[in-house]
Amino acid sequence: MLEITNLHVSVADKPILKGLTLSVPAGEVHAVMGPNGAGKSTLAHVLGGKPGYEVTAGSVTFRGEDLLALEPHERAARGLFLGFQYPVEIPGVSNVQFLREALNAQRKARGEEPLSGGEFLKLAREKAALLKMDMEMLKRQVNVGFSGGEKKRAEMVQMGILDPAFAVLDETDSGLDIDALRIVGAGINAIMRSADKAVLLITHYQRLLDVVAPDKVSVLADGRIVETGGPELALRLEAEGYDAVLA
Amino acid sequence: MAEAATLPTRRDEAWRYADIDAIARLGAEALAQWQALDVPAGTSLTRCLVVGADAPEVQRWRVRLEDSARAGFFIVNRGGDYTRVELEVHLARGAHFEFGGVTIGGANEQGGVTREFVTTVIHAEPEASSNQVVRAVHWGGASGNFLGQIKVARHAQKTDAAQDFKGLLLEAGASANAVPQLEIFADDVKCAHGATVGALDEAARFYMMARGIAPATAQRLLVQAFIGDAFVALADEAERARLLDAALGVLEGAGL
Repeated sequence: MLEITNLHVSVADKPILKGLTLSVPAGEVHAVMGPNGAGKSTLAHVLGGKPGYEVTAGSVTFRGEDLLALEPHERAARGLFLGFQYPVEIPGVSNVQFLREALNAQRKARGEEPLSGGEFLKLAREKAALLKMDMEMLKRQVNVGFSGGEKKRAEMVQMGILDPAFAVLDETDSGLDIDALRIVGAGINAIMRSADKAVLLITHYQRLLDVVAPDKVSVLADGRIVETGGPELALRLEAEGYDAVLA
Repeated sequence: MAEAATLPTRRDEAWRYADIDAIARLGAEALAQWQALDVPAGTSLTRCLVVGADAPEVQRWRVRLEDSARAGFFIVNRGGDYTRVELEVHLARGAHFEFGGVTIGGANEQGGVTREFVTTVIHAEPEASSNQVVRAVHWGGASGNFLGQIKVARHAQKTDAAQDFKGLLLEAGASANAVPQLEIFADDVKCAHGATVGALDEAARFYMMARGIAPATAQRLLVQAFIGDAFVALADEAERARLLDAALGVLEGAGL
């Protein structure tokens, strides 16, 4: 589903990703772990199409299409979801308005009929309940006044509503307490565990992986994938640390 | 009411950012026209205006609020040429004046267009309040100005006056100017003013695009949220929608 081949990315002329190759087929949850500064967030941002990330070599193919040739909103319409490490606050725009605009823009791009206000609210209520989020919060401004944990839960509600084929989740576990971590993990499973979907789960810690059992784990260090294994690799990293495993 | 038919110059403080050539085309006669409104004691008045055409325009309003009267002016200034709206407001005891203004637009064939609000709010008696919220959204070398003067008389104690200006520049070369001027002769008053000018929030725009919203729609939503502040105090939802549509229509025609 997602094929990353020899990807080189620079930020302000500084090389961050240095020949990253990674393949995530449909049906797979693939965790990417790595020490600070390895390039994890750069990987997420470049997949989402954030401005300022220059691809100097390599390719990314998503469902057979050149992902890097697409604008961010086109990537979303093709079924790619980027879960932000730091979700952005948008004063003056409500979650409901934002998500209905987003969903209907995606549906339009795919040649589908837009959802009516009533249909959208029904869907939003269902997904908010899945993440144990009060519907009243979705009527508030996007992420304004939300705690760190609420922002991450709101990201997962967004993912539930938009129902992507592929999710890139950038440290969705950071800022979550133990209960919120379970809720978010269960949300990821409920929304994304499917034979025709896949997840790239970027994380520092084992704890989210206890809930969202990954099929594969890769280690990203100094801009490359240096090791790929099964879930046991994450346990080894947690027990021994990056230095020991990478030595 | 006619006044001396002389043209202002940029040396006049209230005209320092004005388009003097446009004013010359308009002529001194046009500037001598004031529209007067009296708001009787205890009553309230709301005016919602969309101002601006293809020719220069100056509107001058003189509003007198009697004891405990309330007046709200909500104005979209979207002229295709120099467009200036002046409000001179006189507040008696316990009166309240609310102003929400938006200047929005780019250039015309001659270049950047100037759109401005110039207010003089006179707290003549105690316990009156005023609140002014102005948002300026510009591109194409245009400029939006807010010259806001607040005068508090010596015995106008417990005056509560606020002014808030924000400019959003969608392209380099556009500008926004805020000139707050406070003349306060009473000692027990609250007078607040703030002004900021910035560009579109790129992080918010990327966030919206990452959720599937096209760049033009993301921009419209962000501009709508930005100018929405000016009409928060307008209770009539249909009028609020009409003003927002009038402002956003200019943006949609701009093809940014």
